[in-house]
Amino acid sequence: MLSVRRLNAAYGRAQILFDLGLEASKGEVVVLLGRNGAGKSTTLKTIMGLVRPLSGEVAMEGRMLTSMKPYQIARLGLGYVPEERRIFTDLNVMENLEVGRQPRREGAPHWTPERLFELFPNLGRMQDRLGGRMSGGEQQMLTIARTLMGNPAAILLDEPSEGLAPVIVEQMAATIRSLKREGLTVLLSEQNLHFAHVVADRAYIIEKGQIRYTGTMAELESNAAVREQYLSV
Amino acid sequence: MSSSAIAIQFLNGLASASSLFLVAAGLSLIFGVTRIVNFAHGSLYMLGAYMAYSLVEYFGRTPLGFWGGVMIAGLAAGLIGAVLEIVLLRRLYQAPELLQLLATFALVLVIKDFALWVWGPEDLLGPRAPGFDQAVAIAGRAFPEFDLLLIAIGPVVLGLLWLLLTRTRWGTLVRAATEDREMAGALGVNQAWLFTGVFALGSLLAGIGGAINIPREPATLGMDLSIISDVFVVVVVGGMGSIPGAFLAALLISVIKAFCIGIGEVHAFGIDFSFSKLTLVVEFIVMAIVLVIRPWGLLGRPSAVARGPGTVEDPLRAPPRPLLAFGAAMLAILVLMPLLSDAYTLVLLGDILVFALFSVSLHFIIGPAGMHSFGHAAYFGLGAYGAALALKHLMPMEAALFAGPLAAALGALLFGWFCVRLSGVYLAMLTLAFAQITWSIVFQWDTFTGGSNGLVDVWPAAWLGSKTAYYYLTLALATAGILLLWRMLYAPFGYALRAGRDSPLRADAIGIDVRRTQWAGFVLAGLFAGLAGAVYAFSKGSISPEVVAIPRSVDGLVMVLLGGIQTLTGPVAGAAVFTWLQDTIARNTDFWRATLGMIILVLVLAFPRGVTGMLRRRFMREPA
Repeated sequence: MLSVRRLNAAYGRAQILFDLGLEASKGEVVVLLGRNGAGKSTTLKTIMGLVRPLSGEVAMEGRMLTSMKPYQIARLGLGYVPEERRIFTDLNVMENLEVGRQPRREGAPHWTPERLFELFPNLGRMQDRLGGRMSGGEQQMLTIARTLMGNPAAILLDEPSEGLAPVIVEQMAATIRSLKREGLTVLLSEQNLHFAHVVADRAYIIEKGQIRYTGTMAELESNAAVREQYLSV
Repeated sequence: MSSSAIAIQFLNGLASASSLFLVAAGLSLIFGVTRIVNFAHGSLYMLGAYMAYSLVEYFGRTPLGFWGGVMIAGLAAGLIGAVLEIVLLRRLYQAPELLQLLATFALVLVIKDFALWVWGPEDLLGPRAPGFDQAVAIAGRAFPEFDLLLIAIGPVVLGLLWLLLTRTRWGTLVRAATEDREMAGALGVNQAWLFTGVFALGSLLAGIGGAINIPREPATLGMDLSIISDVFVVVVVGGMGSIPGAFLAALLISVIKAFCIGIGEVHAFGIDFSFSKLTLVVEFIVMAIVLVIRPWGLLGRPSAVARGPGTVEDPLRAPPRPLLAFGAAMLAILVLMPLLSDAYTLVLLGDILVFALFSVSLHFIIGPAGMHSFGHAAYFGLGAYGAALALKHLMPMEAALFAGPLAAALGALLFGWFCVRLSGVYLAMLTLAFAQITWSIVFQWDTFTGGSNGLVDVWPAAWLGSKTAYYYLTLALATAGILLLWRMLYAPFGYALRAGRDSPLRADAIGIDVRRTQWAGFVLAGLFAGLAGAVYAFSKGSISPEVVAIPRSVDGLVMVLLGGIQTLTGPVAGAAVFTWLQDTIARNTDFWRATLGMIILVLVLAFPRGVTGMLRRRFMREPA
């Protein structure tokens, strides 16, 4: 479904990603784990075309994304949910959803505002609320809903649990599991190992821009040495 | 004033506000989405007026001919805007903001000469609008019907724009892109066409704004820059990107202007004061007040943190040895020049030296201090006038030469206090406002500054009278000034300036008084710009308000940007190339503006980091 090979990326003269590779098959939830500054966000941004790679390949369903612009990648069915949420604060909930709207796509779940309000009942109760007047948790729901309006086949979630109250984190985990049930492929970045265990099938561990470990969540669970080396603070 | 006079002046103000609002709304939309400060917006307004004039003449002075002509002129302006966006500006969205400005200013030059070529230098006043060519009685006075129509057009356009922006998908996407265009792109919005569409709409509004004005004001070649400073003021007073704000500001400024004209001469406390003369500056005074009280305009909001890769400036490095050797060699050649060249070349070299000092002083605040000044001519002019007036009234030339820079520094001390409280586009506009205020004082104070005639007989002392002697004086002062400014950038003061630019918060936290440092930088830049102005005044023997006018400020910007903002030597190279080009082209073609504009466009597209940036990359093996 989504495959990344030998990806190198840099900001100016500082190289961030080194020969990074990862795969996600259809319907799989894959988590990219790593400490602050390991290169998680840069990986997702480079996949989305927001950061131009120095070299390497990103492909989705066999189509090369590497030289495409972000809007073209989005229209191919890859959704992106940024870490900072980036809600349009001057637009209300319905308008935020409208910006994300794209035509229906074969082989991907079709979303309407009504269906999204079933998934996120809170949003349905505040359709006219301006994005800037919403709480962090509500904004996090809206940013996912907005991306889903593009009817993506796969989505990139950048640290979805960051900065949320525990009860909202629970909801977020439930949301991701129901997206998986819809058949969506999810690649998310996380620092929260517990959250990753609840939602993900498989994990990659990234450190200093390189993949250091890969395995199923169960394998990671039983490998205390790896957790200690790359994830403990 | 009687109550009926008040009513009429109020209506006059409302009538002028409509056209101003249309143009300002267009500029605001374009800036909001593309983040380009489009100098050429005034040129589209001018084209709208000229095209409407020709079309109405062609169609005939019937209602259909008039309104058809106005609409087609507006649509044509929109089309031209779209083409400009696709051909030129689309290539520059990633370029530094000031370079985009330079490109749009080059467009101003090209379009101005195009209009000169097509319509000639005469002012063209359109016919009265058929069907609206009578006057009605209001409060016992005659008031033109057409002006009543204009009063209605403003709110109607405001309403239509509001519907477009809030009730259509396109409008929603425009508002989203205004806030965060990168995120809109990641959601599948094709920015390229959105930008083109916004440019077309903004240009259409500018074109119509120009076209509907032809029965009231003639189409002239100077209207592009005069409207652009007006709409900058309106947009900044209203708040960048706020359409209702632009409407409110257009009303406020137009009405205040109308009253200034209406009040006319006032005699109070034994002083004669002319309010009508105040019209030239009143908008800038309003802007200065608004910006100090509400730094983001009446209805604007604090600008969000810029999205996307920020432009990080490379650290300044010590000049490499070969460059030092090259500089010394250049200086030696300049010292020997009087032996090698004719008088004409010597005068041109003198001009180049003066403008090199001027542009280095401008670079000093734009580059290392990060304060984008659009009004640096104010300090050049204060230096020139200060020196000339000191010579006329107070002191010998040798002393006047230094009184000029002091006057400029005092001006910078005053203006800088306001300016360092703002940043970004708002700061740029405020500097422009102060320059314009300075200009209009110089322009209008006939008894002291000579008004539009300027001051003549400003010659150097006898011992400096020969071309060669004055050349050496110029060389000595310009070199000393430039080296001093450069030296300061490597001193702790220079580090503090750059720290304040790169991260005001962190600079504050380590004990740097950022505002005070910037203020000091502002004054120093003003001082040396003033020195350039004083040397310039004595080299010409006469000065006119032109030395303070907007084009002079823009020349300075062009020199700095042409040379490349990241390098210290850039402004010198830029000044040399620009002054030489201007001189050469002006002697060889009637359309020197267009030629210069085209050259600038080619340079901007070919070397987005400036001429020296290109050289540095080529010869010092720096990564792009």
